[in-house]
Amino acid sequence: MPPRADGLPRHSDALAGTDHDPDERGYFGDFGGRWLPEALVGALDEVAEAYRKARIDPEFLAELDRLAETYAGRPSPLSDAARLTAEVGGARILLKREDLNHTGSHKINNVLGQALLAQRMGKTKVIAETGAGQHGVATATAAALLGLQCTVYMGRVDTERQALNVARMRLLGAEVVPVDNGSATLKDAINEAFRDWVTNVDHTFYLFGTVGGPHPFPVIVRDFQRIIGLEARVQVQRLTGRLPDAVAACVGGGSNAIGIFHAFLDDPDVRLVGLEAGGDGVETGRHASTISGGTVGVLHGARSFLLQNEDGQVAESHSISAGLDYPGVGPEHSHLADISRAEYRPITDTQAMDAFALLSRTEGIIPAIESAHAVAGGVALAREIGPGGIVLINVSGRGDKDMETALRWFGLGDDTAVDGTERATEAAEKGAVNAPDGPPAVRPSDFPAAPSGQDIQL
Amino acid sequence: MFAATRAEGRAALVGYLPAGYPDADTSVALFRAMVEGGCDLVEVGMPFSDPVLDGPVIQDAQQASLAAGFSARKLITLVESVTAAGGRAVVMTYFNPVMAYGVDAFARDLASAGGAGVITPDLIVDEAGPWRSAMDAAGLAPIFLVAPSTGPERIALTAGATRGFLYAASTMGVTGARDQVSSAAPGLVARCRELTDLPIGVGLGVRTGRQAAEIASYADAVIVGSAFVSIAKAADNGAVGAARAVAALAEELADGVRTPTPAGDVA
Repeated sequence: MPPRADGLPRHSDALAGTDHDPDERGYFGDFGGRWLPEALVGALDEVAEAYRKARIDPEFLAELDRLAETYAGRPSPLSDAARLTAEVGGARILLKREDLNHTGSHKINNVLGQALLAQRMGKTKVIAETGAGQHGVATATAAALLGLQCTVYMGRVDTERQALNVARMRLLGAEVVPVDNGSATLKDAINEAFRDWVTNVDHTFYLFGTVGGPHPFPVIVRDFQRIIGLEARVQVQRLTGRLPDAVAACVGGGSNAIGIFHAFLDDPDVRLVGLEAGGDGVETGRHASTISGGTVGVLHGARSFLLQNEDGQVAESHSISAGLDYPGVGPEHSHLADISRAEYRPITDTQAMDAFALLSRTEGIIPAIESAHAVAGGVALAREIGPGGIVLINVSGRGDKDMETALRWFGLGDDTAVDGTERATEAAEKGAVNAPDGPPAVRPSDFPAAPSGQDIQL
Repeated sequence: MFAATRAEGRAALVGYLPAGYPDADTSVALFRAMVEGGCDLVEVGMPFSDPVLDGPVIQDAQQASLAAGFSARKLITLVESVTAAGGRAVVMTYFNPVMAYGVDAFARDLASAGGAGVITPDLIVDEAGPWRSAMDAAGLAPIFLVAPSTGPERIALTAGATRGFLYAASTMGVTGARDQVSSAAPGLVARCRELTDLPIGVGLGVRTGRQAAEIASYADAVIVGSAFVSIAKAADNGAVGAARAVAALAEELADGVRTPTPAGDVA
């Protein structure tokens, strides 16, 4: 492929391999591997072999680039967040705009790659799990585009809080299967997807959504997301003449974070900061901060950090963001934490929602609540680093899907529209996102009760 | 055990129940009923929050046990009770609870309780190095699974790491009683026989004496799980009724393994 006229990397450039590939058993340091039933080993080997061939096949790479650029909308822009920077009064804040991709998040980068892989392997059906619905919508989209059957497993709790995305997936022709087992959230949806896969592995491709699961999924998903950082690195340098001081991204499973971190792994002066879902606060036990508040274990095919009790039973996670509400994390993140190359910090629901309002108000960008965690962490970093610094924040997705949650949180319902708008404005203006020395954050409890049927706190 | 059953010219009967189901006391009685009903070996299942290879019947039972407060320590005590009842026990467990307990400590404590081995459905031999060492040190059998999708190379690898018996999962799928045992099972067992002298047990989907007889015609052990859970759950006369029902099913299955009937011979 000739280079792009604008000199930015192509999606296929992200598949070239790095010095940070896992070993042949799929280990990043002490994390990763294959911890799952023997029945799936053959299927994983088949996926690994197909990917090994695809990543060096010019035809596959050209098709990936064509879809990325003419269908998904790559490259995604970098926005100079001048008003947010002024509001925060610290380092210059730059936003990588994965929210502008088709389907509204970074997820499309991965699903286009894996769906093409499934098609090459002769599979007729893809299955996927989803929490917030971003991965499910992206998978249903790619399946529609390529003519594949699609089934998406989604925890019952998540189908209720993300009803709009359920409707989207069904409109796109996917079957959405609500999962009632366990906590009825993302981890249980993954269990069901594995059960489906082990039963129907002959014709089914498990289109894994994050940089977790058994080898080779963590490396495949990572490679398809590396384009985020490859582009951003060039874009930041062009805009500012140098690399950022810090890169902030939200971490549930961790795919958007790995995607943007990876281009900076070998730049020791660039701080990589993953923002985990702190829920009600790590100290309360009601959170999804796997690295900040978990221990090492095995779940869903990988050895990694995990929220679990002392008996090794997996704990239920809690977050206002369905997309981060997962007790595990991709093994490469555990490794990056282990070797202190990346930092991981919790962001509470309240801090995330304050950042949600702040970014909306100052930049006209309503982020996904997942991404609002990154904004909260990025704003705090900007304050820590101070004027003259540069903070790059990955806005991994847009917030349309989260309006119901925002409506409840800020009390933006019919009867309270005026008051609610004021509340959201107040939250944005206080803007005290995770600032050690800032004014106190606005909490939902500061607001009067919502009308009946509208609980402010989810 | 397999020496004895082979001497009798029959397959062994292996029965599974999640430990602590439906509650700790009843669980002791149910395992005793399985032993008294004729199970040559019992699988004491460690309840786990995310049992990815189990269908809804066994998953629900595991969750009920966990909700009732069951823990790994209590599992060891339950194995002791099986031993005391004159039975032989292996543990069936997903691996995360074993890691949390401590691999060496788990093997040691299980051996002390009289356990014979451990079946680990989500641990493949590639990841099992330290586990096998711990099992060896404790004198226990690490029991691994093969599936219809497992090729000859991995059957040999898996059998080479296994002690006691090789667990052949008869279907691609999760646990749960079915009307028919997969047609893949005889072929899988035959492929295993070419590569190992280990006794071979067949599980996933067996619920009747007739199915047990069918499997007994080609396998060394018939493994029954969901059917025991279902019948214990369905018993409407409390702990006593559940124990009676479990014992009755064990007796039916025990008859089955003593009258091997090739599938084609069943009318």
